[in-house]
Amino acid sequence: MRKLRVVIAKPGLDGHDRGAKVIARALRDAGMEVIYTGLRQTPEMIAGAALQEDADVIGLSILSGAHNHIAPRLMELLKAKGLDDVLVVIGGIIPDVDIPKLKEIGVKGIFQPGTPMQEIIDFINANARARV
Amino acid sequence: MKTVAEKPSERAATFTTISGRPIDRLYTPQSVAGINYARDVNDPGAFPYTRGIHATGYRGKLWTMRQFAGFGTPEETNERYKTLLGAGGTGLSVAFDLPTLMGRDPDHELSLGEVGKCGVNVTSLADMETLFDGIHLGDITTSMTINSPAAMIFAMYLVVAEKQGADWKKISGTIQNDILKEFIAQKEYIFPPRPSMRIITDVFAFCANEAPKWNTISVSGYHIREAGATALQELAFTLRDGLEYAQWGVDAGLDVDAFVPQMSFFFNAHSDFFEEIAKYRAARKIWARMMRERFGAKNERSWKLRFHSQTAGVSLTAQQPYNNVVRTALQALSAVLGGTNSLHTNSLDEALALPTADAATLALRTQQIIAHESGVSNVVDPLGGSYFVERLTQDMEDGALDYFEQIDRMGGMVEAIERGFPQREIAESAYRFQQAVERREKIIVGVNDFVQADEPPIEILYIDDSASQRQLDKLAKVRATRDNGAVQRTLDRLRAAARTTENLMPPILDAVRAYATIGEMCDALREVWGEYEEVPVV
Repeated sequence: MRKLRVVIAKPGLDGHDRGAKVIARALRDAGMEVIYTGLRQTPEMIAGAALQEDADVIGLSILSGAHNHIAPRLMELLKAKGLDDVLVVIGGIIPDVDIPKLKEIGVKGIFQPGTPMQEIIDFINANARARV
Repeated sequence: MKTVAEKPSERAATFTTISGRPIDRLYTPQSVAGINYARDVNDPGAFPYTRGIHATGYRGKLWTMRQFAGFGTPEETNERYKTLLGAGGTGLSVAFDLPTLMGRDPDHELSLGEVGKCGVNVTSLADMETLFDGIHLGDITTSMTINSPAAMIFAMYLVVAEKQGADWKKISGTIQNDILKEFIAQKEYIFPPRPSMRIITDVFAFCANEAPKWNTISVSGYHIREAGATALQELAFTLRDGLEYAQWGVDAGLDVDAFVPQMSFFFNAHSDFFEEIAKYRAARKIWARMMRERFGAKNERSWKLRFHSQTAGVSLTAQQPYNNVVRTALQALSAVLGGTNSLHTNSLDEALALPTADAATLALRTQQIIAHESGVSNVVDPLGGSYFVERLTQDMEDGALDYFEQIDRMGGMVEAIERGFPQREIAESAYRFQQAVERREKIIVGVNDFVQADEPPIEILYIDDSASQRQLDKLAKVRATRDNGAVQRTLDRLRAAARTTENLMPPILDAVRAYATIGEMCDALREVWGEYEEVPVV
């Protein structure tokens, strides 16, 4: 089986990228192929990267509070591109009250501050399916 | 075995600070044998100011209790400021939202979902007028955390002061205006490094004449630390940034003693108590020596490093959030024992959201308890002469000077940033720390030990999207009521000035007076200078 391919993206205007970079390295050390998009990605750019990179997983890092706008737009675009089987997870500052809405639109994993990296790795390994 | 008898058992094989620095079991007079009191430490108020810049410490004047706040619309934030001032806060500190920090109007596509979320939205002079409505700028000091568009936001503040009848020569406060740490750590840059440095030196020159009590820059280690740097990296990169700004000012033809006294610093107050105290003490010593020896500054005020500090946001946990009150109190105490000139204490709920009014008040109370109940403000630098603290202070200085040498060899900080050097160092430290937490070599209470199942949720501040619509409506109104011909003329003049070496503050002030928006002013400069894009370092 080929390695899982993960696009780690930092959407919106925020530049706080410690979490995105740390998780990118942790996933890489756990044997995944990781593509880090860099900063200020629009949902269009992220969906485009997922298509081009043949991603199995998209990990969004959002700390600014913009998740309720970015996630629905991204999920729509993924559907339109036929990428609904890509596992989408979000890490960052996400208030509890927003979690049900995000799950409803198809975000599978939501990781709040303090989540061990191993937990995220295990979640991805259990839920992602390498595309053939 | 004999060796066992000689080495009594300890809890761990090695003991290290949160930054990974090894710590001995005991420090003795031998540990400080090479340190000369008059040369390396000296009394408070005397060169090199290791023990503080004021002879009287906090017996003369307490530190400024300055709580960073801002969210939603200028109306909402104005109300929070009045609450903070009413609760005994002694200075204001403005948190702007991401569109403002990035020089984008609320109607730009990248502003989607971000207006008023991480801070207050200020698009034009009209918003700044509302933000300080009923607060007299001649009577308070204001710190504004703004970097790429610092000159524009400062110009808005100056125009509000002017309209209130406050004298520019007397108003006091700080703009962060520190672009180097944006490239290094926080990443809220707009323009490439060199034109960015030019606006900063323009602000230095403008303020030396027009606003001599204003702190033109707050050279910031805070964000460098939050991005994962060690205490030493925070110290070294921040001070080296400070030297870079001083050098650019001198290269632009300014007299070092004419602008350096208006430079200030901003450090993180992290969790390792003594390491932090040593960091602040070393910072004052390094700056004093560099200014006197490397820059030939003659004015004592150029030698004295003044700094704000803020407790470490990155240390706050979403788990068992009340523990954050204790963390913050200890971090604040280290900043006070290190001689901070002003302080922000974080609120217990900030790993979850922006703070509620109650949480923000408790954070301020924490400072007041340290100031008025603990007794630590009765004596200057009580840890001076501690074998451990003096050794650690010296080690911090030595380590920073090693980094300076490496950066100097690259040609300076701008060149080091262009090569990704500080960015790589920080990413490495951030990953190493996270691994230590995963392996439980570093314990974080409530996160990887002493975990509690089924924690009850706490009440948090939820910022909805109504601010965005209100700011969009206001922007439309500003555009409909201002003289758009005048706006275009001032923007044309700004573009033209950007192509020369003329000081940019006067054309920016004119554009602000005409109610040009922050997006329009930044776009004018984007047309001339382009935008910076980094190569991400993972």
